[in-house]
Amino acid sequence: MTTSIPPERLKAFYVQMARIRRAEEAIVALYPEQEIRCPTHLAIGQEAVAVGVCQALRDGDTVLSGHRCHAHYLAKGGSTRGMFAELYGKATGCCGGKGGSMHLASPETGMLGASAIVAGTVPMAVGAALAATLRASDDVSVAFFGDAAVEQGVMHESLAFAALRSLPVVFVCENNLYATLTPISQRQVSADIWPRAAAHGLAAVGVDGNDVVAVYEAGAAAVARARRGEGPTFIEAKTYRWREHVGPNFDTDVGSRTQAELDGWMARDPVASLARTLEARGILTATERASIDAVLEAEVADAVSFAKASPFPEPAMLRTDVD
Amino acid sequence: MRELKYREAIDEATRQAMAKDDRIFVLGVGVDDAKGIFGTTRGPALEFGGKRVLETPLSEATLTGVAIGAALRGLHPLLVHARNDFLMLTMDQLVNNAAKWRYMSGGTMRVPFTIRAIIGRGWGQAAQHSQSLQAMFAHVPGLQVVMPATPADAKGLLMTALTTETPVVCLEHRWLYERSGPVGEEPYYTPLGHAAVVHEGRDVTVAGLSLMVGEALEAAKALAAEGISLEVVDLRTARPLDSETVCASVVKTGRLVIADTGWRSFGVSAELAARVGEQCFGELRAPIGRVALPDVPTPASSALEKIYYPGPAEIAAAVRATLSGRGRGPAPETAPNAAARGKEFSGPF
Ligand SMILES: Cc1ncc(C[n+]2csc(CCOP(=O)(O)OP(=O)(O)O)c2C)c(N)n1
Ligand SMILES: [Mg+2]
Repeated sequence: MTTSIPPERLKAFYVQMARIRRAEEAIVALYPEQEIRCPTHLAIGQEAVAVGVCQALRDGDTVLSGHRCHAHYLAKGGSTRGMFAELYGKATGCCGGKGGSMHLASPETGMLGASAIVAGTVPMAVGAALAATLRASDDVSVAFFGDAAVEQGVMHESLAFAALRSLPVVFVCENNLYATLTPISQRQVSADIWPRAAAHGLAAVGVDGNDVVAVYEAGAAAVARARRGEGPTFIEAKTYRWREHVGPNFDTDVGSRTQAELDGWMARDPVASLARTLEARGILTATERASIDAVLEAEVADAVSFAKASPFPEPAMLRTDVD
Repeated sequence: MRELKYREAIDEATRQAMAKDDRIFVLGVGVDDAKGIFGTTRGPALEFGGKRVLETPLSEATLTGVAIGAALRGLHPLLVHARNDFLMLTMDQLVNNAAKWRYMSGGTMRVPFTIRAIIGRGWGQAAQHSQSLQAMFAHVPGLQVVMPATPADAKGLLMTALTTETPVVCLEHRWLYERSGPVGEEPYYTPLGHAAVVHEGRDVTVAGLSLMVGEALEAAKALAAEGISLEVVDLRTARPLDSETVCASVVKTGRLVIADTGWRSFGVSAELAARVGEQCFGELRAPIGRVALPDVPTPASSALEKIYYPGPAEIAAAVRATLSGRGRGPAPETAPNAAARGKEFSGPF
């Protein structure tokens, strides 16, 4: 780990990642109550990518995401209450209950939303970058997507156009090696994605997506380039989803991946390993960490109570926001 | 007769068609994974192996073009999508190539190509995973659109699609997958464009598609208690649309309610109403009623989902309205509904 990152920021990494973990684990615990009534794609195990990249952003920068969007929403500063209320389908949700788990948005923090159509928001992120250029602003746009998004034509057209125009966009591929049950080996010629992205004529790198510092460094470099007007970057962050594709359970019984593979990745828990490193370096003591965890626990508990106590949208809301 | 679930009927149709015709091969996202599109492609994958059931990348647009090319070279692809929403990615290949190649080539070439896609509903799947987009495909000359309501038709219509030399889009409602019904064991072929009278009655005709046929049959039961006799017509295919069978029924009843799984405006219900107006206006004793989705995207919230989807109660209300003098006139602003309808769908997705 490089020491150039100030301790305060390293602590912030921990807070952000632990918040996502706590929120997602709360969903795991609550889902069986059947009050969260929407398909829910958890990011447990992948927290370092969202946090590493979003920590390199500033106000005014924007992100777009896909079906697995909780971590991106929270890492960009979306309210925990707004997220849980949305999951519970309540009027106080970040999208008034109309979007649900797969469409979290908080424009006030720069989270412009998420599409459940794989790769659907990638060209939109390019458009956000084009807008920055046309408005002569140095805001940076980020697209988060999974490994399967790279299989869509729109991805390659987006990379090519962004490269052609030197647009200030960072493409962040969370390569968790699977699309639902199908391993990447059945879908792509290689498990390494970034070299193929590079062929479009933009900067491209691969990083360890379970190492928040590595992700941050790659993200910060990409964001700085974009802000200087030097064009787009593609970051492939290899990581792993612990839970089933959609829902709160584990899926190693289905037969598409082994318990041993999952165990290997769980041993590389991005949250716990950051905590260990910070403790070893004296940046975050066990006591400090416990108090952060307690605050986050309370924050998530508050968000859940808020969501549960909130009203459902009025029937008239069905027909608003259409045309 | 032996009973099968809807999804089992699809599996059986696919296997029987593949056994009879080695031009047929299956492709799509998840067709060869452990769950095999809710069990419908698992059997074919196990029986015929990886040369006839091809797992694919998430490249729906390209794979549609790939399928068309393979069809031009003597194969019959069956491309499967877990949601019909994903077909929006494939519209160029579907509309501009698959539907046009035969015509543009002056009939010298054909595109035998079957597409299966599922209509999702419920548990907050929201705006991009629970659309019912039959009207988008049925609008296009050169495409046929089938929407089986029963396990028997799920098999018979798919078998026919797989022997048709032009593109056919099969839209399957997810809520029908676990329903059982009698299904013939031997291969059989249900012709496209033939609606079926599935419940005889004398007062009002309800013409429904897909899931709405069952909803109409439930409404028929409830209304029978009020002394109202419904005739229920299962349209079975959106294109060709068999308005003759509907008109024949209207000749008998003088009243028509159309129940569609899609949006109200510019959809199958609009087309059928127009045709009935053209073909048997004089037989109508009341304005045609329509039961369809309100013209808004699907909301995620369970509270809004409940009022979004019309069901037997709304069909019954529309029926009563056609019986009360001059019909109900303009559509009510929101579906009143929300009556509990058995166990709520909660996946798998
Ligand atoms: C265009 C499209 N095709 C198929 C699907 C169904 N689907 C939803 S998520 C998913 C897997 C996506 O994998 P990946 O992009 O790697 O993201 P991950 O779920 O692994 O985070 C699939 C096949 C979809 N939503 N959109
Ligand atoms: Mg993936």
